Amino acid sequence: MMPSVATTLAGLKLRNPTMLASGFLDETGGTLLRVFKAGAGAVVTKSIGPEPRAGNTNPTILELDVGMLNAMGLPNPGMKDFGPEAKIALDGGAVVIGSVFGKDPDEYAGVGKALQGYGVHAIELNLSCPHAKGLGTEIAEDPEAVREFTAAVKGKVKVPVMPKLSPNVSNIAAFAEAAEDGGADAIVAINTLKAMAIAPELRTTVLANKVGGLSGPALRPVGVRCVYEIYEAVDVPIVGVGGIETGRDALEYVMAGARAVQIGTALATRGMAVFEEVTAEIAEFMEERGVKSLASIVGAAHG
Amino acid sequence: MGKLEIVPLEDVVKEVHDTSTFRFRADIEGAPGQFVMVWIPGHDEVPMALSYLGDVKGITVRAYGDATKALLKMKRGDLIGVRGPYGNTFRLEGLKVLCVAGGVGIASLIAAIEGFSDRGAKVATVLAAKTAEELIFEERCEKSGEVHVATDDGTRGFKGLAPALARKLMGQHTFDMIATCGPELMMKAVLDICLSRRIPCQASTERYMKCGIGICDACVLDDVLVCKDGPVFSGEELAKSHDFGKFRRDESGRRVAL
Repeated sequence: MMPSVATTLAGLKLRNPTMLASGFLDETGGTLLRVFKAGAGAVVTKSIGPEPRAGNTNPTILELDVGMLNAMGLPNPGMKDFGPEAKIALDGGAVVIGSVFGKDPDEYAGVGKALQGYGVHAIELNLSCPHAKGLGTEIAEDPEAVREFTAAVKGKVKVPVMPKLSPNVSNIAAFAEAAEDGGADAIVAINTLKAMAIAPELRTTVLANKVGGLSGPALRPVGVRCVYEIYEAVDVPIVGVGGIETGRDALEYVMAGARAVQIGTALATRGMAVFEEVTAEIAEFMEERGVKSLASIVGAAHG
Repeated sequence: MGKLEIVPLEDVVKEVHDTSTFRFRADIEGAPGQFVMVWIPGHDEVPMALSYLGDVKGITVRAYGDATKALLKMKRGDLIGVRGPYGNTFRLEGLKVLCVAGGVGIASLIAAIEGFSDRGAKVATVLAAKTAEELIFEERCEKSGEVHVATDDGTRGFKGLAPALARKLMGQHTFDMIATCGPELMMKAVLDICLSRRIPCQASTERYMKCGIGICDACVLDDVLVCKDGPVFSGEELAKSHDFGKFRRDESGRRVAL
């Protein structure tokens, strides 16, 4: 019998544990649906704010040997114009998780409520964008703010709420506890690691925003460690994200304590097939070892 | 592939008053229709079609925004950042090919014109511009086949728009492939003529672009990515599009009329 790779997250049933990470191919309804059809168990939208936002000037992206730097700066069409995009994905049958950001708890709650109104299945809180001035970074560095923002959105929506935590802190477990205190239904970890690249020939930073977020393979050991620490600290389910390219990479996160994983940067190397392929690789690993369900190996690396 | 390289400009050639070609050496491949992301330090990074392949690559740029205006002021020896090449290529199929270039669209099409010719196809090119002094790469086109010039104001050749001249040529000769690049409404008109005459056709599209590598979703045309699935699409694909010829995405991802 083929092992079951289906997973449940805060009551949300996913056909497989791979999700499209926020920020990738998720600003428009057509591509969200295309990624879901390509095999993702769920798709997370671009972080949506109250108003349209152009994002940062290019260069906003830099491919590295070890991953990728980006400083997109939260471009998004705003919650009003995102409605028709969400509808395209939802009408097509996609499991859609709406990512939200704003400048204060009220804005987060307002955008969350708007996205819930469009029919999204859950809300992810981008509490940790490292490259948009005045948005996110401060929240990500204060556990009390994480609790407050989570509670504000929880107070306004009925669908599951999943704060996404930043690795740019000294004790991520404290932030997970704060999210849980705020009523989080699940925790997503991690966002990108604050980073920089310089072009020596030009004596300047490559990204126009100077600072960006590191994603891709280099981030994976950091993410796995964070998920491991969060699993020890809280009871809510965890979604692992950071540098996953293969089924084996995903299983590291699962065994650290994640019930689902998100994939983004690997789209640049494996394309949209990455979701189907990673799912198949997980299933193959489980079958070879007689593991019947994904749930039975969540957190397996904890003694 | 895709790694950023900082390279000096080896040559700068003024093509017409607001358009220049910039030549550089970079450790990249490149095929007709592909583009590179060009970083103009201190300004922006923008997608540019490769107008010269081979060892010394080239881009041909018209000044229209801050970044391209800044690039037009750069001199031999100045440094730019280049990554790529990205995107798909023109399909160099067909024995009797008509290429239809409008304005600076020739920058993307010229490598295909030469590519078709190198593969033994008989190539005719409609080279169109607003006015005679804005015609680019006429000599290069002539080396690859016939050239039919069109200008909006009639200062050279056919007086009128490129699709009208293309329609006339399609009425006089038999073609088994049409390739086009230029303003979107011009391309749409050309493709509509090809489709009604059942001639295989392809066009190189353009959208606001950020990453160039198929991950950020800025450059979507319906649910396809101009940077990765494109920029070249067949006439059939574009005929099915709800966006092509009608809508684009602004910097925030809002769908707005062209």
